Amino acid sequence: MQAFLDIFDIYLLEAVINGILLGGVLALLALGLNLIFGVIDVTWICYAELVMIGMYAMYFMVQHYGISYFVAAPLTILLVAVLGAALHYLVIAPLLTAPPINQLLATGGVLFVLQSFATVAFGIDFRNLGIRLPVLAFGEMHFSYARLLSFLAALVGMVVVYLFMTRTFTGTAIRAISQDRQIMALMGVDTKRIYLITSALGGALAGLAACLLVLQYDVHPFVGLSFGPITFLICVLGGLGNFIGGFIAAFVFAEIISLGGLFSDLEWGYVLAFAFFIVMMFIRPAGLLARRR
Amino acid sequence: MMGRGRLAAWAIGLAALVALPFVYRDPYHLHILVLILIWSFAYTSWSMMGRFGLVSLGHGGFMGIGAYVTALLWNHLGWSPWIGIPIGMVAAGVLALIVGYPCFRFRITGHYFVLVTLALSGIVLQVITATRDYTGGSLGYTPNRAPGNKLLALQFDDKITWYLIALGVWLFGIVVWHWVDRSMARYALEAISEDEDAAAAAGVDVTAEKLKITLLSAVMTALAGAIYCQYQMFITPDTVSGIAVSLQMVFAAIVGGLFVSLGPTFGAVITILLAETLRIGFGTKAVGWDNLVYGVLLVLFIIFLPKGILGSLLDRLKPQRKVPRAHEQEAVQIARPGT
Repeated sequence: MQAFLDIFDIYLLEAVINGILLGGVLALLALGLNLIFGVIDVTWICYAELVMIGMYAMYFMVQHYGISYFVAAPLTILLVAVLGAALHYLVIAPLLTAPPINQLLATGGVLFVLQSFATVAFGIDFRNLGIRLPVLAFGEMHFSYARLLSFLAALVGMVVVYLFMTRTFTGTAIRAISQDRQIMALMGVDTKRIYLITSALGGALAGLAACLLVLQYDVHPFVGLSFGPITFLICVLGGLGNFIGGFIAAFVFAEIISLGGLFSDLEWGYVLAFAFFIVMMFIRPAGLLARRR
Repeated sequence: MMGRGRLAAWAIGLAALVALPFVYRDPYHLHILVLILIWSFAYTSWSMMGRFGLVSLGHGGFMGIGAYVTALLWNHLGWSPWIGIPIGMVAAGVLALIVGYPCFRFRITGHYFVLVTLALSGIVLQVITATRDYTGGSLGYTPNRAPGNKLLALQFDDKITWYLIALGVWLFGIVVWHWVDRSMARYALEAISEDEDAAAAAGVDVTAEKLKITLLSAVMTALAGAIYCQYQMFITPDTVSGIAVSLQMVFAAIVGGLFVSLGPTFGAVITILLAETLRIGFGTKAVGWDNLVYGVLLVLFIIFLPKGILGSLLDRLKPQRKVPRAHEQEAVQIARPGT
């Protein structure tokens, strides 16, 4: 009995730590989505598909053109940032005054476009980088370096965004716009420019997530569907546009998925997370950190 | 509301539709017609709540539940689809209530509602994939061929029977649409979609009205899924559930026109013909192309023609008919850019 408990605890601890590591990347995705929502008041349904395109970019640069991972990563981030800006310029900007649901559905159309573009251009095969990072053994627990690296990189990415938002003039303007859209235009801030920068920043975060996820998962045209919905759940649970709420919610969800996966399949972890989400909607409908009215 | 002439037009059109398979028997074209009718029914079910500004991306989930529950009960327990379909519909209804109640009770609208329902269809997809021991996972699932009574198993080999079944189901959808259109619920829901607080103040039970229409819409969508499963005899999680199917519903309904009863049907005709043309034109290279065109069209439609083709056409044909209903002008969010 005692031996059983020991093993159980080790596995439990391993799952908890793996959950935290997973939470880092999810938090990064949630941050990007929240940024877009908070500033432009638009939800990019196709956010996870941007990540998918980024993963393909990484795959082709590293596998086909033999570019080193660390050179390819910034290029990918740049590419997805440009994609994000283009998405805003081509799709969102003409719809800025339209009802929010229209904007949301238009990005749904972009989701179709990106998914089928990937299917047409790259086929539906599963591809991976072929980089196998070693597994770190710590006592009797095992963690993959890929996850550890992703977690650290995600944290660094978030700190950089935080510094950008608090220390630079543009960042301050972005935060100001998210507080009051109309007034900031009167204060001499070029709203269009800020929207474009924010979209590029959101894209860059998706690009960073792509660089990290491609280390752990195979890429295929529908890979976005495996973490897209969970990202939306995280953002809603944290409160749309609420950065800190999204950060916390990402780790809560990652823990649930990881611990749920401990007792059964990983997919059941997702199901458990969804059940948790519905319960939370009854308790805190406006998000985890919402103030009580 | 419906004049003599329109009723006659409907009757003649319907008679022609019923007579069609006995005159024209090309199996391929009948197959396309059956698909159009089944999907039209699904799109009509979606638009029942979509037209009131309740944009749900969770209907792929309801459709998947209808299809899989029916097929699973038949294969594992040997329960006839005549029992399985109602159970599937009830299951979808219960899920709609579980998700809908907190949404409506706590005023989760707009972005939040879309995201929650989006997650719902994603999760149904995950559950179907996760229970691959029973459902076959992403490889798909085939209901067992019935050895004996075809009627009991709801499996027919000839297209004409299926055409008539699909026509009946589709007609049922249209009738329900008109029934809702002429009920008190419509006025309540229109009021809600314009201003929830005002509607509540005027004595509309906001939560109950929204729940009713959601329940109706979800249950009908589950029926569409089950019929689709029985007709195709093969379902995969990606063809009957998930985000792609949900978006497909929204797209077809918007292209056709949300606010007219035949709008979703029109959308189904256009989208399915488009997909088939592309499939034939490009052959096996077409994988992905149809969705690529869909996606581009969806974006263009939302930007330039948010009332849909049929909706805009009818508006153009009868400019003097009446002042467009207020909610079509602004409050139902799909309707029009620039509130």
